[in-house]
Amino acid sequence: MFNSYLSNTLEYYPELCINCGMCSTVCPHGVFGPDGKVAQLVNPKACMECGACQLNCPTKAIKVESGVGCASAMMLAAVKGQKEVTCGCDGSCS
Amino acid sequence: MARLGVKRERHLIEPGLYTMGKPTKESPVFVSANYTLSFDALRSALHGNDCYILVLDTKGINVWCAAGKKTFGTNELVYRIEVVGLNDVVNHRTLIVPQLGATGVDAREVRARSGFKVEFGPVRAADLPEYLKTHQATREMRRVRFTLSDRIVLIPVEMKNFLIPVLIASVILALVGNYTAAAAAMAAAFTGLVLFPIFLQWIPTTDFSIKGFLIGGVTAIPFAQNAFYGMTNETMWVRYGWALAYMLVIPSISAFLALNFTGSSTFTSVTGVKREIFLYMPKIAWMFGIGIILIIVLIAMKLLEGI
Repeated sequence: MFNSYLSNTLEYYPELCINCGMCSTVCPHGVFGPDGKVAQLVNPKACMECGACQLNCPTKAIKVESGVGCASAMMLAAVKGQKEVTCGCDGSCS
Repeated sequence: MARLGVKRERHLIEPGLYTMGKPTKESPVFVSANYTLSFDALRSALHGNDCYILVLDTKGINVWCAAGKKTFGTNELVYRIEVVGLNDVVNHRTLIVPQLGATGVDAREVRARSGFKVEFGPVRAADLPEYLKTHQATREMRRVRFTLSDRIVLIPVEMKNFLIPVLIASVILALVGNYTAAAAAMAAAFTGLVLFPIFLQWIPTTDFSIKGFLIGGVTAIPFAQNAFYGMTNETMWVRYGWALAYMLVIPSISAFLALNFTGSSTFTSVTGVKREIFLYMPKIAWMFGIGIILIIVLIAMKLLEGI
């Protein structure tokens, strides 16, 4: 009940993993563990979809729809009819 | 002040290569963002070291947020290496990049395009002295946290965005003679902007909106009670009306502010936040709308009565 964060878009294909350890290095929430012959998906619920693992996985064994997990940015994008959600002061402070 | 975005352009660092101490051709190179808070955290952590700091042009945004937008990213890093001629400055080919930069920096592509190997250091610059002893980060160093003090520093940032509408609402309510309602508006904002971030981890449930509803409900109780038992010279249904209005409006405001706080948190996923918006935003809007209409009707009746 009242948990919108039980599932996310993270997908892992262990058959493609070459055990380079990069995913467990870059993940800020310990979603992947380096133990074993291939990376282990130890805590998928903790994934915040930042996309660091996907970007740095050499064999594309990880897929995740990354984006800004920011409600105000999403609502603003919805109101303005933008497809891309960007955070905060993208336009105003560059 | 930098955090508040006050004169953000003054908190920009010129992108480029900086030196600390007396670096040689063998000294390590650290990569940072051109936001003063990021750069200063790195500088103070590296105090006493001889090294280089390569500052990327992230438009004055911190490493993690900039990495999300790819301004702290592969292209900018490769470009900056070329611009400063890093090839000639150092003999080695290793860069230490903050771990959170990994959202924007593809280590393999950087190596393929620039010849530099990216080593992802710890999340927090403060852990660098410990990290540099072995070049191995502990599990603890690899984790992002969201501690009470992390959340407290965000309070003024959130307040800045909502201060003016809250003050306007309070002034209007005070002008029409209802000081309790004015206080309630302030209390609702205070709950969402101050109490919610502080108590985040201790409020039951996972969803930010529900947490906001709950803590807003607690704030609303004394106002509702006061309306119900305190407004003794009003008719029964006016007292009911005010009590209901407080119970609708205060929690909906704090739930909305709580939902907004997902943007500052370090762990909410896009999927989860989207789910929260779809699930709770309509309910928040209805509660708020009905409550506000109720308040307008009650105040209008009171004013008409006086004529």
